Amino acid sequence: MSDPTEIRSGLADIVEEVADIDADEVTAEKSFVDDLDIDSLSMVEIAVQAEDKFDVKIPDDELAKLKTVGDAVRYIAENSR
Amino acid sequence: MTVRLRLHPAVPGARLLGLGSVQPDNVVTNDDLAQRMDTNDQWIRERVGIQSRRIVADGTPLVEMAADSGVLAVKDAGLTPGEIDTVIVATCTMPTPIPNAAAQTAERIGIPAPGAFDLNAACAGFCFGVGTAADLVRGGTANNVLVIGAEKLSDWLDWSDRSTAIIFADGAGAVVVGAAPDEASVGVGPVAWGSAGDMAQAIRVPPETGALQQDGQAVFRWATTKVAPVALRAIEVAGLTPADIDVFVPHQANLRIIEAVAKRLRAEGAREDMRVADDIVHAGNTSSASIPLALDHMRADGRLRSGDTVLLVGFGSGLSYAGQVVICP
Repeated sequence: MSDPTEIRSGLADIVEEVADIDADEVTAEKSFVDDLDIDSLSMVEIAVQAEDKFDVKIPDDELAKLKTVGDAVRYIAENSR
Repeated sequence: MTVRLRLHPAVPGARLLGLGSVQPDNVVTNDDLAQRMDTNDQWIRERVGIQSRRIVADGTPLVEMAADSGVLAVKDAGLTPGEIDTVIVATCTMPTPIPNAAAQTAERIGIPAPGAFDLNAACAGFCFGVGTAADLVRGGTANNVLVIGAEKLSDWLDWSDRSTAIIFADGAGAVVVGAAPDEASVGVGPVAWGSAGDMAQAIRVPPETGALQQDGQAVFRWATTKVAPVALRAIEVAGLTPADIDVFVPHQANLRIIEAVAKRLRAEGAREDMRVADDIVHAGNTSSASIPLALDHMRADGRLRSGDTVLLVGFGSGLSYAGQVVICP
C-alpha cells in the first residue's frame, strides 16, 4: 500500500484503538507526543499494529524519528512491501 | 559388562496440591518514591500500572521469605515437611552465587535432606520450576516437589534510577507439585518454553553497577508480541482451547503488557469473563515470585477457585519464557 490517504486513514484507526483518540484527530501535521499525547509504550503498540497492517518493519530506532503522523505515513509509504 | 538400569515407575502425571505466599510488611507507595526521585503517581500508574509495592526494610533475607511461603504451601497441601522430597527455588536475586537458596530454605522449613537446587530463568523461573517439578514427579524421581519463586529485587536496584526503581519489588510464593493418581486428576499440563538469547542484553545486571537495567521499549515490544503465542502454545499442548481458560495469570511485569496479551488471547477465543491477574497493582514486579503471589491473592479474594483451569506464562531476562495450564488445587 503506498497511497498516503489510505495509509493515514489506516494509521488513524490504529491510533484510535490503541490510544482512544478520535481517528479524525489523527491528521498529518499532528505530533504524536505533543498534540495527541501518546506515550512511548503506546507508540510501540501502534508500531506493532502498523507493521502487521502495512507489511512494514518499524524498528525502535526508526520509530523514535517519527515525530508527526505525516512522518509515519511517509515512512510507511516508502518502506511497505 | 552389559547391564540393564532400572528406572522409577512412572505415574500418570502431576498436579498442584497447595500454594502459599508472603510479602514484606513495608508498603512503598508511588508518592513515597516521588519524594526520592523525579517521578509521580500518575506517570507510574499510566506506564506500569503499579500503585504500591512491598520492599524489605528490616533486612529479612530472601531465604526467609522463601521458607515462609514454603511453609504455607506445604500446610495448604495438607502435607508435613517430611513428605517433601525435592525443593526448587526459582530466583535471580540471591546476594551471592553460592550457597544456593534451596538447601537452606529446606533447612528452615524442616524438610530433611531433600534434593534442592536453584533455577534461574529470571521472571520466567516459576513456570520453568513448575514444568521441571511436574516431570520429576511424572518420571517417578520425586513424590512431592516444593517449587518456590522468591526474589529480593530491592538488593539489585539503583534507587536513584526512576526507570527501574518504580517497577521492581520483593516477595515469595510457592506451590507443592505432587502425583496425579490417574489421568483424570492430572493438574499440570505440558510446559511450552523457549528463549531468545539474541536479546540477552535487554534485561541485565551489569557487573560494574550491580543494578538491574532494562531496555524498556524493546522488552515491551517483545512481550506484547511474543508472549501471547507462548500462552496459546501452552493451551494447545494441554489439548485445550482458549475458551477453556477460566483464569489467566501472566508474570506481573507491566499492567499494559498484561492487558495487551489478554486482548490477543480474547481475539483467539479466550472468554470475556476470563479473570486476568492484576496483582502488579499492589505487589509490583517481583520477578519469579509474581505468579504464585498473584495466584494466592486471587484465591484469597475469591477470583481463583478450586478446580479452575488456569493459564500461567512467565517471561523475562534471558530472554526466557515458559507457560503451562494448571488446575487450581
